[in-house]
Amino acid sequence: MTRLAVPKTYKLYIGGAFPRSESGRTYEIVSAKGAFLANAAKASRKDARDAVVAARAAVGGWSGATAYNRGQVLYRIAELLEGRRAQFVAEIVDAEGVTTAVASAQVDTAIDRWVWYAGWTDKYAQVAGNANPVSGPYFNISVPEPTGVVAIIAPQDSSLLGLVSAVAPALVAGNTVVVVASERLPLSAISLAEVLATSDVPKGVVNVLTGSPAEIAPWLASHQDVNALDLVGAGDLEWIDLQIAAADTLKRVLPPENGPDAAAPSLDRITAFVETKTVWHTKGLI
Amino acid sequence: MTGTQIVPGERAIALLGGEANDANLRRYLHGIPGVDAVGLEQRAAGLGTRSIKTTSKAWALDRIIGLIDLTTLEGADTPGKVRSLVAKAVTPDASDPTCPRVAAVCVYGDMVPHAVQALGTAHGDPDQGKIAVAAVATAFPSGRSSRSIKLEDTADAVAAGADEIDMVIDRGAFLSGRYGQVYDEIVAVKEACRRADGTYAHLKVILETGELNTYDNVRRASWLGILAGGDFIKTSTGKVAPAATLPVTLLMLEVVRDWHRLSGEKVGVKPAGGIRASKDAIKYLVTVAETVGEEWLTPHLFRFGASSLLNDVLLQRQKMTTGHYSGPDYVTID
Amino acid sequence: MSFLEYAPAPESQAILNLRDSYGLFIDGEFREGHGTPFASISPATEKHLATIAHADASDVDAAVAAARRAYDRTWSRMSGADRGKYLFRIARLVQERSRELAVAESLDNGKPIKESRDVDVPLVAAWFFYYAGWADKLDHVGLGAAPAPLGVAAQVIPWNFPLLMLAWKIAPALAAGNTVVLKPAETTSLTALLFAEIVQQADLPPGVVNIITGAGETGAALVGHGDVDKVAFTGSTSVGRAIARSVAGTNKKLTLELGGKAANIVFDDAPIDQAIEGIVNGIFFNQGHVCCAGSRLLVQESIHDEVIDRLKTRLSTLRLGDPLDKNTDIGAINSAEQLERIRELSDVGEAEGAERWTAACTIPENGFWFAPTIFTNVSTSHRIAREEIFGPVLSVLTFRTPAEAVAKANNTPYGLSAGIWTDKGSRILAVADKLRAGVVWANTFNRFDPSSPFGGYKESGYGREGGRHGIAAYLKTSAPTVALPSATARKTVSKGATK
Repeated sequence: MTRLAVPKTYKLYIGGAFPRSESGRTYEIVSAKGAFLANAAKASRKDARDAVVAARAAVGGWSGATAYNRGQVLYRIAELLEGRRAQFVAEIVDAEGVTTAVASAQVDTAIDRWVWYAGWTDKYAQVAGNANPVSGPYFNISVPEPTGVVAIIAPQDSSLLGLVSAVAPALVAGNTVVVVASERLPLSAISLAEVLATSDVPKGVVNVLTGSPAEIAPWLASHQDVNALDLVGAGDLEWIDLQIAAADTLKRVLPPENGPDAAAPSLDRITAFVETKTVWHTKGLI
Repeated sequence: MTGTQIVPGERAIALLGGEANDANLRRYLHGIPGVDAVGLEQRAAGLGTRSIKTTSKAWALDRIIGLIDLTTLEGADTPGKVRSLVAKAVTPDASDPTCPRVAAVCVYGDMVPHAVQALGTAHGDPDQGKIAVAAVATAFPSGRSSRSIKLEDTADAVAAGADEIDMVIDRGAFLSGRYGQVYDEIVAVKEACRRADGTYAHLKVILETGELNTYDNVRRASWLGILAGGDFIKTSTGKVAPAATLPVTLLMLEVVRDWHRLSGEKVGVKPAGGIRASKDAIKYLVTVAETVGEEWLTPHLFRFGASSLLNDVLLQRQKMTTGHYSGPDYVTID
Repeated sequence: MSFLEYAPAPESQAILNLRDSYGLFIDGEFREGHGTPFASISPATEKHLATIAHADASDVDAAVAAARRAYDRTWSRMSGADRGKYLFRIARLVQERSRELAVAESLDNGKPIKESRDVDVPLVAAWFFYYAGWADKLDHVGLGAAPAPLGVAAQVIPWNFPLLMLAWKIAPALAAGNTVVLKPAETTSLTALLFAEIVQQADLPPGVVNIITGAGETGAALVGHGDVDKVAFTGSTSVGRAIARSVAGTNKKLTLELGGKAANIVFDDAPIDQAIEGIVNGIFFNQGHVCCAGSRLLVQESIHDEVIDRLKTRLSTLRLGDPLDKNTDIGAINSAEQLERIRELSDVGEAEGAERWTAACTIPENGFWFAPTIFTNVSTSHRIAREEIFGPVLSVLTFRTPAEAVAKANNTPYGLSAGIWTDKGSRILAVADKLRAGVVWANTFNRFDPSSPFGGYKESGYGREGGRHGIAAYLKTSAPTVALPSATARKTVSKGATK
């Protein structure tokens, strides 16, 4: 007498809430073996627009939080993920058709990645910033700051790790994120959103869209209130067109990366989404 | 509140909205916008890059001479030295009768009778081509004596015929925030400048900016000196380094300009000490002209307190006249 | 005559020996261009200065090929110490010929000699001196050990600071081990060509620095060239946008330093006389032909009238005229075209209802001139409050609270620079934090230094010039990307950074 399971409804994650797509569309997600897993929400351009609005609204609070606080919030994600490890492993096994060991490794690495980036929040500025010895009576310092709203096309071949590898570094400096999850493997992304929603991440800091990157990405690339575009998972899209669209507002753009090393952990992924601000101030004793 | 008894001045009371005591003065002087040292010095340096050539330079050199308070302030001063100074003041360049006279001679109080006597008919208002006698007073240069001695010092010099009194403010009182005391003393000295006929000797208020140290202090002291009735504000005694600098003078000119905007009254400025070269003096003229306007370049609104400057100007003047460079043996030592 | 009028004090042109015509500087030599030569004129007199060669696509090819050869054969193989020595040589040669360069710059660009002499050219020497020292210290740039140069850099620069922008581009590129092809602006090629002579005097290996002259299409051909590894552009946002599109999908690294509409924020407790100087310097320095110019004055309402009053008085002492006169504060507008744009936008300002005030000054008969102008009663929605005028025109807006000042300052697609004037230190730091601008000047404005990174947020471009950041833009890490941390080992990632 097996118990009848209660399946989860996978929705979008926008502004801390889990709405369905405003378009009412869903698409079928199947397991590696072809079995039905869920109907994921198929986000529309309007969902993308709402996500950008939510992300923009969250920039002030998130970037204004202390680096120590952001570090703790990101670390807290790792803590909660650890507690729901089994759920993610099962999801990945189903979706990707990998062994439990492989799925476990992916989850573990994703957890550790949050920990690694959490530790950067109050350090990257010391590495990427400078005191400048200008020739004159000035205090002069260059500090990195978040660029604002980062739109990310997540790696398409990974349920969780690719997503985390792209999202976590963008958050370090205080950017907020609109991420388009893997089209084929979106369920872990929404489960991660549930973790984010129940952790200390303020609403709107991360917004997760599922659906067709080919459909949504152009709207994000051309959105004038998006500051940067991470095309890490856009290798199979017309990504040059996305880059061209992004040039209209001179967005900062990271190109696609392929293979298992995509979005490998690095300080570069943090500094890709920062602006260096140089402040001059006169110095006078008398 | 120190309880200092302050003689109220009308314009000060009007501005301060009350009597000129420590608290009111502090509130007013500390409410004046601050000075950014770097910006001030850059502006002064910028004014210093003006290139003054040919006709403008000739005009400037003559005008500098006409604005000099030719000064001797030595413990070793004698009547003979003062007579020599006066002779130079009257005839700066014996080889050139077109050379203008200086504005005034500036001496210690006890030398005033000798200066007056030596000047004879040349004594008078520099705006009318005559030469005034300025006396330093109020226990110059330190100012460290009792109020009564300072006032007597002043009255003595005025009685002896001094047209202008160069007083020092009490820097100690200023730096310890006893603005009322400083104000009061200036008012009292001004009153001591009163002659028997009811007219007043001109009062120059020496701030001794080298001791005030900060530009904010200089600005506040400038306002204080003007509020208390000074006819001139003057940078330095010449006995403390740094004496006059271009940034400090610029700052004082800005106060004078602001006072004029506020009240319509024109107050003079006198940089003193350390201005030895014509080139530097020209920078001051430029600074005056571009800060308060050319009309300030008259003896009753601008002076140089200097001694060796005169000879350098004469050398430059000779160069402009003859077309070749002159040398120190072609101007007189006094 | 009034003393204030000051007798003329022109800088002598005797020091400058211009040739009648200049070729393209490719592979260490001057050669003819294949396009139709064009004239460079003095914007102050409209007099002909020299005939300048025009590079066509084949010349661009030749220049890039020369740079590639020099990169492969000499420059990328040379020790950093030797590269540095060449740059030190250049710095010294610039110092030695500084007056000549200043005269040429003022003649060709129209900027006052006191600026070219006291700002532009000294900074050029400083820039080379600063980056010369980096050449043998690249391990410390922050990209790991032995970072690699990118290759051939295509550099296109504007007409507002011709020689200085050349230095900003060439010095870090060469220090990092790249070779360059640089295109100066069409109206201001002369000092770049004099610089080519300095390159010859420094005995720099042929092809390391190539200078090609021409107009927009020459620049487009250069940045679009297939054998270019790095594109660096300073200029308008519209051209920058086009370049960003053109390099999309390529491996070319790109830095863009584009337009701006900087807010200069004056609080009621500002050091007022210095603030006035800062406002003047912010918008009237170099006739306002400055991408980081403080063109939007945001003044606290309570002191608006006083600031405007003082500003007008101060502007009345500015001297407009012969750029070569040492007493000139405001020189000539660089071109008839630019003058037209300034006029047009100023007329729009008036039509939109802003109140126009122009300093009384005599405008010379020939040449391109625009008297210092301020607009009051400007609203945030006015075009003169949003569009870059790139001329001596100040738009004045007001605010009531610090938060409003910050909001208005940031309300622009640009984000290059900003100014803050207040005596309150904590407010400076807080406002500086909130301003979305790459350079923030507090109680000063328009200061530049080779050690200080400069560049914009948002549509003002990306990348930084100056400082460590400036040279990093011409390097890449040589270490292979660090592999993903082992998925099976349950331990903290120990090292993941490649930079």
